[in-house]
Amino acid sequence: MTSAPEAGGGIVLSGLAKSYGAVRAVRDVDLVIAPGETVALLGPNGAGKTTTIDMILGLIKPDKGTVSVFGAPPSVAVRSGWVGGMLQTGSPLDHLRVREIVTLMASYYPQPLPVDEVLQTTGAAEFARQWTTKLSGGQAQRVRFAAALVGNPDLLLLDEPTAALDVEGRRAFWQAMRGATAQGKTVVFATHYLEEADAYADRIVLLAHGQIVADGPATEIKARVGSRTIRATLPDVTVTALSALPGVRGAERHGDAVVLTCTDTDVALAAMLQKFPGAKDIEVTGGTLEEAFIELTAIDDSTDDPGAREAAK
Amino acid sequence: MTSAIHLRYEILRTLRNPLFSGLTLGLPLVLFYSIASAQRHKTFDGTSFPLYFMTAMAAYGAMWATVAPGGRIARDVATGWLRQMRITPLRTRTEFTAKVIGAYLLALPTLILLFLAGASLGVRLGATQWLEMAGLFLVGLAPFIVIGFILGYLLPSDAAAAALAGVVILFALLGGVFGFQLATSGPMFDVIKGLPSYWLVQAGKTALGGGGWPAEAWIVVAVWTAVLIPVAALAYRRLASTA
Ligand SMILES: Nc1ncnc2c1ncn2[C@@H]1O[C@H](COP(=O)(O)OP(=O)(O)OP(=O)(O)O)[C@@H](O)[C@H]1O
Ligand SMILES: [Mg+2]
Repeated sequence: MTSAPEAGGGIVLSGLAKSYGAVRAVRDVDLVIAPGETVALLGPNGAGKTTTIDMILGLIKPDKGTVSVFGAPPSVAVRSGWVGGMLQTGSPLDHLRVREIVTLMASYYPQPLPVDEVLQTTGAAEFARQWTTKLSGGQAQRVRFAAALVGNPDLLLLDEPTAALDVEGRRAFWQAMRGATAQGKTVVFATHYLEEADAYADRIVLLAHGQIVADGPATEIKARVGSRTIRATLPDVTVTALSALPGVRGAERHGDAVVLTCTDTDVALAAMLQKFPGAKDIEVTGGTLEEAFIELTAIDDSTDDPGAREAAK
Repeated sequence: MTSAIHLRYEILRTLRNPLFSGLTLGLPLVLFYSIASAQRHKTFDGTSFPLYFMTAMAAYGAMWATVAPGGRIARDVATGWLRQMRITPLRTRTEFTAKVIGAYLLALPTLILLFLAGASLGVRLGATQWLEMAGLFLVGLAPFIVIGFILGYLLPSDAAAAALAGVVILFALLGGVFGFQLATSGPMFDVIKGLPSYWLVQAGKTALGGGGWPAEAWIVVAVWTAVLIPVAALAYRRLASTA
């Protein structure tokens, strides 16, 4: 059996698109993930995270574009045991115990990890004899993680792995995750939480309305998403002058309106009003991640079909 | 390795379902003793009633056992486990084979138990006759395995369970499993003779005569199986494209 895909190539998505009727769940996504990278797919509900992950897993056939996993199509990668996944939907298997389900998953893979070791690292050992239908949300999530990990895959795809967990559970999960994937696994996980993406990913891919709206190291994205925006009607002032205001990172002009991207809206607003008292119709937006997404995608949407936008809401 | 562990858990999951042993072992056994005890010296359908009814109840329990994988498929679709398996190296062929072998292995306890029960009420068959009967069951149960697959692939979990129960009871009733036959001649009898359940019930008698099934029986079972397998393949493909 072929082991670690030395051929390399990592994960390559090119021109990937998938629609459900009028809803364009994923549109023209191009993404290259290097082997060993941990990438967060960050985005609000309906952004296309699950659709993208399911296409990498070969569960969904793209309408357009291709997926390559370590140089092979998803079906080959899955069959070779290179891929392990934690799906967003799914409940545990009835009439089996935790240990049995992990053993069963291990049996499918050519070079699995020892079951006991995986139960230990994922923290599932304490309830290994429990029926899988009688677990708490956090315990079930650990079992699902153990099941994804036990096959010792080179690529782990985790769709909202911490969705059912509280803050402490989330922290414990990522600690286990770190320990388990220290040996150079490629990890792609979907999340709604910027902090989570920031803390555990080398790189964040920001998805909204099925498109990549930002892609880069966590710090870069954080600065962009974490920022707030001031809009105002302010003719006859140059973008350069506005950019120079304290607390302002960038400025754009749309006709009479200006949009200031700020690192600190309080400082920026005070400075703007002091220097340009003629500013009218002032709006301060942003703050939450959700709003930041809308900001980031507002420009793209003006040139695109409204169907996807409606459906994504 | 893969398939052995998979098969093991496949069977374990079913055995741990109390409804399963109730329907495949408990019910046929209780029915057998409560009905056949009183009629142990009677003849029916050209043979002794206990032999007839033993075969009938073995067929009944075995039918329940062989449609069980279908119920599991429907549950695995509903819980998302099927999707989870599709992202492992487990091949569809391995999974399919495990379900078929599992179905037969799960039918085995029913046969053994009912054969013992029959013997306790005076059914005397030679070793070859027992084996011949078991062999005919192996063949005659095939359409029921496929029906289980089809309904499991097509229907949501609850509906699949109900539909499978309906299929078993209907086929059992028409096939003469409950100790009476709805017709012994005429067009209705022709319909009944076209059912695999009828020939399962007849397996005991033909084994006793030593002649095995008539050609008609083999044709009936072969046609049912041959027609149902492509339907199952279509149902599977439909599921795979949507799940
Ligand atoms: N099976 C489906 N049928 C119809 N529309 C679908 C289907 N699956 C997804 N969609 C739509 O495609 C879009 C993207 O969905 P997707 O599940 O990929 O989003 P997501 O980013 O995973 O969201 P969430 O954070 O809620 O899990 C949504 O508008 C969704 O309604
Ligand atoms: Mg999702």
